[in-house]
Amino acid sequence: MKSTSHSAPETVIDITAVSRRFDTKLALAQVTLAVPRGCVFGLVGENGAGKTTLIKHILGLLKTETGTVRVFGKDPVADPVGVLGRIGYLSELRDLPAWMRMDELLRYSQAFYPKWDAAYAESLRKQFNLEPAARIKNLSRGECAKAGLLVALAHRPELLLLDEPSSGLDPVVRRDILEAIIRTVADEGRTVFFSSHLLDEVERVSDQLAMMVDGRVVLSGPLDEIKAGHHQLTLRFESVQARPPTLTGALSVSGAGHEWTAICNGERAQLTEAAGKLVARIVAERSPSLDEIFVARAGRKIPV
Amino acid sequence: MQIHISTHDGVPVYLQIVNQVKYLAAAGRLAAGEELPSVRTLAEQLVINPNTVARAYLELERAGVVVKRHGSGTYVSEEGSPLARKERMKLLTQRADSLLAEARHMDVALDEILALVKDRHKNLNSNQK
Repeated sequence: MKSTSHSAPETVIDITAVSRRFDTKLALAQVTLAVPRGCVFGLVGENGAGKTTLIKHILGLLKTETGTVRVFGKDPVADPVGVLGRIGYLSELRDLPAWMRMDELLRYSQAFYPKWDAAYAESLRKQFNLEPAARIKNLSRGECAKAGLLVALAHRPELLLLDEPSSGLDPVVRRDILEAIIRTVADEGRTVFFSSHLLDEVERVSDQLAMMVDGRVVLSGPLDEIKAGHHQLTLRFESVQARPPTLTGALSVSGAGHEWTAICNGERAQLTEAAGKLVARIVAERSPSLDEIFVARAGRKIPV
Repeated sequence: MQIHISTHDGVPVYLQIVNQVKYLAAAGRLAAGEELPSVRTLAEQLVINPNTVARAYLELERAGVVVKRHGSGTYVSEEGSPLARKERMKLLTQRADSLLAEARHMDVALDEILALVKDRHKNLNSNQK
């Protein structure tokens, strides 16, 4: 995809060793991640894993207690104008002014953003089927999400930051939103950072991802590498095993008797060697889905 | 071009596209010289990252299944895919394997399977006449 001609660094978001405590709860623990320009970065985790807290640090709405956050190479707390004007943000709460009409919302938002593209805003409004005279408070949940997305997109930001964009929406609106993400990167090579607890949509649209569990990043990197680095192996043992076997590189093991299935992380050749040491042979293998990798990493499923 | 993406079976999305385009070409549902949808069109249609589609097209180009024409688009290669026969045999091998596994499960001997295949072949030929 094309990259923008801006002379900003190639790393759009750079987070280093950020920790954050709310009372006694550790919301973020030594979070480090880098978002390269032009990618679609998916942040996955359960509700309460720390995704929204991390996004608030990126926006400069929360000041770091320890560690550093840099967006376009700048500190979003010290330089909010230099950072926020280049970000299109859709909050989880879609907090739009309820009393406004759709056309008023567009004029109001235009005043905030010097780079607002009125023609683009109008085409998005038509595409999303939003009536100019409709009051925000009367919009459906899906329309509200689309109105929020319109405001986030219409100033053509370098970075689109979406907090749970499709949470609680029906499949049709969810598809509209995912298409808008795809068009954003396809058209202009912009960067998209979005959080989601829907692993299916993360696997479809992102090329980089980070998984958060209890405030920690347990896994991050290019989606391809993450998928290529995980294997689901079924081992058949000579003798009945009373308890789960210990296999080097295994993240989770389940099964009984002669056959045990493990989700493993590592080079394929090393895994064969590890299995050989256990006097077991590999009888089946496949690539685990992102969902299965998450469960193996987190020790539990994301409740949908 | 009908492609179906599943995120449940663990196969990387780009590889699902590669495999299905190869299948469509081998099955004759994509003719030589036929144009594939643009990266952007297919990305929007399947609701997937455009980089993933671009990667799949690159793999297909390397495998000789498609060719890129300068400034226009991506086409199924004229000479037919050099891998077409190999791909066909690979597909059939998978089918044969599952047939044999099923037969063993049902306690049906190999001779009976071979006789059945010949019989069905005869049946197919007579239907075509």
